[in-house]
Amino acid sequence: MTALDNTLDNNEMVLNMGPQHPSTHGVLRIVLKLDGERVKSTDCIIGYLHRGVEKIAENRTYVQFAPYVDRMDYLAAVSNGLGYCLAVEKLMNAVATPRAQAVRVILTELNRIASHLLWLGTHALDLGAITPLFYTLREREAVLKIFENYCGARLTTHAFRIGGLQYELYEGFEKEVEAFCGQFLPKVDEYEELLSGNRIWRERLRGVGIIDAETCKRYGVTGPVLRAAGLAWDLRKSQPYSGYEQYEFDVPTRSSGDTLDRYFVRLDEMRQSVRIIQQAVANIPAGPIMAKIAKVVKPPVGEAYVSIEAPKGELGYYIVSDGTTHPYRLRVRPPSFVNLQALGHMSKGALVADVVAIIGTIDIVLGEVDR
Amino acid sequence: MAEEPKPVKAPAVMATAPWEGPVPDLLREHFGAAVLETSSYLEQPFAVLTLPAMVPALEMLQAEAGFDYLVDITAVDYPKRTPRFELVYILYSHGRNERIRLKAAVGLGEKPLSAVPVFLGANWLEREVYDMFGIEFSGHPDPRRILMPEEWTGFPLRKDYGIVEMDNRWVQANLGIESGQ
Repeated sequence: MTALDNTLDNNEMVLNMGPQHPSTHGVLRIVLKLDGERVKSTDCIIGYLHRGVEKIAENRTYVQFAPYVDRMDYLAAVSNGLGYCLAVEKLMNAVATPRAQAVRVILTELNRIASHLLWLGTHALDLGAITPLFYTLREREAVLKIFENYCGARLTTHAFRIGGLQYELYEGFEKEVEAFCGQFLPKVDEYEELLSGNRIWRERLRGVGIIDAETCKRYGVTGPVLRAAGLAWDLRKSQPYSGYEQYEFDVPTRSSGDTLDRYFVRLDEMRQSVRIIQQAVANIPAGPIMAKIAKVVKPPVGEAYVSIEAPKGELGYYIVSDGTTHPYRLRVRPPSFVNLQALGHMSKGALVADVVAIIGTIDIVLGEVDR
Repeated sequence: MAEEPKPVKAPAVMATAPWEGPVPDLLREHFGAAVLETSSYLEQPFAVLTLPAMVPALEMLQAEAGFDYLVDITAVDYPKRTPRFELVYILYSHGRNERIRLKAAVGLGEKPLSAVPVFLGANWLEREVYDMFGIEFSGHPDPRRILMPEEWTGFPLRKDYGIVEMDNRWVQANLGIESGQ
C-alpha cells in the first residue's frame, strides 16, 4: 500500500471507487490502481463518518457516554454496549449479576445473528443474488422485534447499563426467543440451499481474496476472517466474559481463507449462536438485574483494556480513569478499522469485480471504521 | 437507602501490583535498565519502557515469547507532564493466551520508531496516533493523516484542543460555510 506512489505505467490506470458507491457499504473511498482489469494496489480513504467519538467520551460522564458506543457499529449496537459496560465495570471492580449476564449473552448473540444476516443479504446482493436479502431481512426483523419489545429501540438499543441491565425482562421474552431459535435454524439451511448449492455462487467466491492465518496475525485481523483462515480463535472461548464459559458451543473454522470460507464460517456462527441462546434462555437465573454499584459512576485512578468478540472481530475499550466521573481517555479498538487494512493484501492481483466481493466479505461498518 | 455502604475513598494513584513471570524476566534480561516498570493493575500486566527500546521489545516479544498479534497502538496526552505523551501498545499471544501492554513516554516533537516492519497492522494505527496527537513515527511507510482531512491543522485528541474547536480555514474553504458550529 504505497499510496504516495503517483506514477503510472503506460498500461495502468487509476479508478476511484466510492465514497458514493453502493458496494462499499457506506462512505468508503478506494483508489484502485489497475493494470487492465487487475488490481495492482489499493488506497483506502476513510474518515468521512468521523465524529470524534473518543473526544466526545472525554467530555461526557461514563453514564452519558454509554449510548454513543451504539453509533459506532450500528449493526451490532448491543455488542458495542456490552464491551463498554464490561470495561467500565472492570475499572470499578464490579461484576454484573448472574441474571444480567445471562440476558446480556442472549441479546448479544441475537445481535450477532442480526449482524450476520444483514451481512449475508447485502453481500449476496453485491454479487447479484437479490433473493437472499428479502429472506435475511425477514429473519432479522424478528430479532429487531425482540430488541424493540425489550428496550424500545431496534438499532441503537442502549440495552445494558453499567452494572447490569436497565429493564427487567418483559412478559413472554423467553417464549419469543425460543420461538425465534426454533424457526431460525431451518432458515439457515434454506440460505444454504439458495447459495451454497448454487454453482454460480461457489465459483464466484472460491479462491477470491485469500488471506492466510499468518498474514492475518501480522495485520491484526480478527473475527470470522481469521477463523476462515484456519485459526480457531474466539475471545468467547479464549478469554470468556459475561459467563460464556458456561455454554457449550463450537468455534467454526475453515482452512482456505477465501471469500467462500468466510461465508461458511458466518453461517456456522449463526447456528452456534442459536445453540448459546437456547442454553441461556432455558436457564436464566433469578435475582436482581443490577449489581450494587455506586449511584455516581466514578472509577478509581487506573486503566484497563477489555475486549469482546463482536460480530466483526475483537472490539476493545482501553479506558484511563483519573478518578473523576469523566474518562480521562477512552480508546476504542475497532475490528472493522483493523480488518479493513488487510484489503490491500486480499485484493492484490484480483479483478475489479472481486474487490466488491472482498469488501463485502471483510464485513465492515463505516461508522466503526471512522468512529 | 440507609444501609448502602459509603464508597471507600479511592487512592489518587493507580494501585498497582508487581508483575512477575517469564515475560517481564525476558524483558529485563534483554533490555535491562530500559525497562522502567513492570506492574499489573486489575490483573492486567503492563511494562513501561524507554522509547528507544519499544520497537526492539516488540520484535523480541514476537520472536521469543510468541506475542504474534499487535492488538492496538494508542496514546494518552498528559499536558502537565514532560515528556507529554504516553504511547500504549497492546500485544496478545495466541500461544500463551496472554495480553500485555507496553508503554513509553514521548515528548512533544520526538519521533518514535515505526513498528510497521514488525507488525504490518501498525500502519493505520500509527497513522491514527499521528492524526489525533501529532506524534510522528520515523520510518513510517505512509505518514499521512487517516481520519481527518489531509489539509487539516491541529490534533483533535490533544487535551488543549477544545471539543468544539475546528480548523475554520479548512471548513470555510471546503464546506462553504462560516463555521461548523
